[in-house]
Amino acid sequence: MNERENILGRIREALSVPAQKPGGHDHASEKPCGDCASKEARPVTAWLPLVGEAFEEQVELFAKNSKELTTDFRLVASEEELRACLAEIAQAEGWKKIATHAGALTGEAAAALGLPVLHTDGGYDVCELEQCDAGISACDALVAQTGGVLVTSQSAGGRALSVLPPHHVVLARREQLVPDLTAAFALLKAKYQGAYPSMISFITGPSRTGDIERILVLGAHGPKKLTVLCV
Amino acid sequence: MSTTPAAAEFKKEATTLSKDLTHRAFIRGALKKYEVARDSKKARFQDWQQARNAASEIKWQAINHLDTHLADFARNLEARGAKVHWASTGEQAREIILGIVREKKAKAIVKSKVMTGEEVHLNDALEKAGFEVVESDLGEYIVQLRHEAPYHFVFPAMHLTRGQISELFTKELGTAPTNSPEELTMIARRVLRNKYITADIGITGANFAIAETGMISITDNEGNARLTCALPKTMITLMGIEKVLPKLEDLALFLPMLATAGAGQLMTGYNTMYGGPKQPGEADGPEEFHVVLLDNKRTSLLASAEQRDALQCIRCGACLNVCPIYKNIGGHTYGTTYQGPIGAVITPKLRGLQEWSHLSFASSLCGACTQACPVKIDLHHHLLQSRRDARAQKPVWWEKLAFQGAAILFTNAWMFDLGMKLGRIGQIFHPLIKGTPLDPALAWTKSRELPKVAPETFREWWNHRK
Amino acid sequence: MKVTLFIPCFIDACFPKAGASVVQILERLGHTIDYPQELTCCGQPAFNSGYWEETRPVAAKVLARLKDAEVVVIVSGSCGAMIKNFYPELFKDTPQEADALRLSAKCYEFSDFLVTKLGVTDLGAQFPHRVTFHDGCHGRRELGLKAQPRALMAAVRGLQLVEMEEAETCCGFGGTFSAKFPMISSAMGEGKVASALETEAEYIVSNDSSCLMHIQGLIDRQGKPLKTIHLAEVLNNR
Repeated sequence: MNERENILGRIREALSVPAQKPGGHDHASEKPCGDCASKEARPVTAWLPLVGEAFEEQVELFAKNSKELTTDFRLVASEEELRACLAEIAQAEGWKKIATHAGALTGEAAAALGLPVLHTDGGYDVCELEQCDAGISACDALVAQTGGVLVTSQSAGGRALSVLPPHHVVLARREQLVPDLTAAFALLKAKYQGAYPSMISFITGPSRTGDIERILVLGAHGPKKLTVLCV
Repeated sequence: MSTTPAAAEFKKEATTLSKDLTHRAFIRGALKKYEVARDSKKARFQDWQQARNAASEIKWQAINHLDTHLADFARNLEARGAKVHWASTGEQAREIILGIVREKKAKAIVKSKVMTGEEVHLNDALEKAGFEVVESDLGEYIVQLRHEAPYHFVFPAMHLTRGQISELFTKELGTAPTNSPEELTMIARRVLRNKYITADIGITGANFAIAETGMISITDNEGNARLTCALPKTMITLMGIEKVLPKLEDLALFLPMLATAGAGQLMTGYNTMYGGPKQPGEADGPEEFHVVLLDNKRTSLLASAEQRDALQCIRCGACLNVCPIYKNIGGHTYGTTYQGPIGAVITPKLRGLQEWSHLSFASSLCGACTQACPVKIDLHHHLLQSRRDARAQKPVWWEKLAFQGAAILFTNAWMFDLGMKLGRIGQIFHPLIKGTPLDPALAWTKSRELPKVAPETFREWWNHRK
Repeated sequence: MKVTLFIPCFIDACFPKAGASVVQILERLGHTIDYPQELTCCGQPAFNSGYWEETRPVAAKVLARLKDAEVVVIVSGSCGAMIKNFYPELFKDTPQEADALRLSAKCYEFSDFLVTKLGVTDLGAQFPHRVTFHDGCHGRRELGLKAQPRALMAAVRGLQLVEMEEAETCCGFGGTFSAKFPMISSAMGEGKVASALETEAEYIVSNDSSCLMHIQGLIDRQGKPLKTIHLAEVLNNR
């Protein structure tokens, strides 16, 4: 308590000194300085990458971003097709054991694979999760602007399911596609009404690193593969 | 020039590295890749400059209401079962964290990247107290094994070749040598996977702190922070008090800007908000979540009428990446936690003006940093101000004398005119002493030819016209 | 109009042709030149070294003399930035602050004056050579110059402009920095020279002679086949 008051006290004292606003010296911008002064009060979506309004445009943008990130994104026509896709991947990669959580899409899809399934709901053994070849989760949204997947510790079976197994598969619905991050945050606010899950995460592509000679390597610690099946 | 030990060390290292052509080429190559990626992502913004204006405005308002935001942040976070600690100094931060670690009788600690941890020498303190600490970020893990400081606060191992890393792994881990970055990464992945699972404590930093919802936001590409915050039973986050953002949706602007400016990506792989320990009904997560708020002289930077905006920094590293000094001397030469232009600005304030002002002099004030900063901190102007403050506090007597003399010379044109004429004569003899210890222009002539005073100066030409 | 010229100390001493070219160009355009001989230096060396007290007498003299000028043209990006951008900071909260701001409003770097104020780009010049342009930092980032020199060069007959990759990267001069940290300064300059050599240009052109002085010093030491020249001299070549 004491240090809290000390720190807040020092802050208040510091702020009693009026300070110089930055940015007045940035003359190199492409816009003439007059524009810099007139910081138009528009929502940030006006400056961020453009996203089209129609679903087709948005899904195309999500697909383009996914390709760039090496996320395997597939738009499927039915839940049947979704399960078929999943089975195809499971076979191609030789999955022996998978992990998932309870959910409308995940439950059935995982069961249909006929493999041993670890359910993370209600707690699990980490060593068992570590043995799983894939983690299958739902999500809260797909973000067209970034090619990202929004998950939470409530919608995606906890914190580790989407990051410990070497392959993360997201099962999503078309209606979950949102244009941009602003829309994603609005969705979170509306959905959780202040009772937020303890973890909210935007997953944008598989795990990667450039720490060795700036060369891109996938699967640094998190999943080497990210697949999004959208029905 | 007044020389403190830090300044002398800096000059020595800088001189050595400036001549190292291999180092120069390697770093330039690395940063060139970043530049290309960065420019392509910037181009996707509808208006990058207006995005900077918006980001600068949000951060300016945030730090100017820091007390309110911090209080809100703490209250909202505590409402969901997290514990918030306040540390005025680095020592207090270390004590708090050591206290938690001891209480938990921890055996193993895993860390994601924590620059404030570097700042307060946290790893040292934990290791001295007998705890095993493993860095999970690949670059940090590598420099930890080498017992050296991070070279760049975003790309800690940027200075190393794959060959050096392979040798390191062979020596420290007993693995077979390999030339493949992929194989090297997989070695680290295998080692660290076990650490995540067995660690009792995960220690993290934070990129942002959201006041409105009481959440911290952590950005990583590897997933190492995600794992550090998922598996260990206790999670501790150490962060500077200036990291606040007022609203959750501010991240819609800051996450892409951080990623673009920092690494040339539109979004980093994992952008995660943590608002508490494991909540009822959740499958996993730490049972305890502690956030340690660190001041460590940030409030004195806040009190600066001219340099308060330095606290807007989002630690993206863009200023390092464009700095021609950084590119030539590298990150270790700075000899302190924060390198590059932002480091040169804040270190004198955080660690002592006289001892560290040499960082502000080691700049040509080119302004590339100010141009690159996503939140528009007036970086190179602050370097000028630091120089003024350092000299006003403690002038270098012969410099002061020289500039007083110069003032007389330059305000009496006849003296200047005479000086040029004398220079014209003197330069005839200069070749005799050029490059020798007798050469008054040795600092220049060591590596460059001197310009010559013209046979007819401008004023002579002008007067001869009439 | 009556144009008051500020001639920086190093132009006066070492690169008088740049100043002379500016005079000739402006007179040809029909303007009269006022050259205040009592002014020699803008005060930047002391200012950048942190000695603002010692800068003020030099800067105050400049302020006083240029107070009644109609318009001031400065033959240098760095001195231009000093007078235009930094004088107001130097004289902040002093009686001369208003004067500094007034002077700032009527100051132009040379290429900016031609293009922005006079609206002139074609000076009837010819310079049949392959050249590359170095954007001096003060000119580029303090004064926002980029398009102006290029608009002027585009109208020079026979001139072939090849942009170098590191056109906007600092050459490493930085005033007293070049003496305080000579090895860093030279390393930066070597990068600039290398980038220029890649363009196979015969000349490096710039609107800042202080940069060119440093770059030429390195070129001469290395014995490279490259020449530096001030933009004004190129524009005055007929």
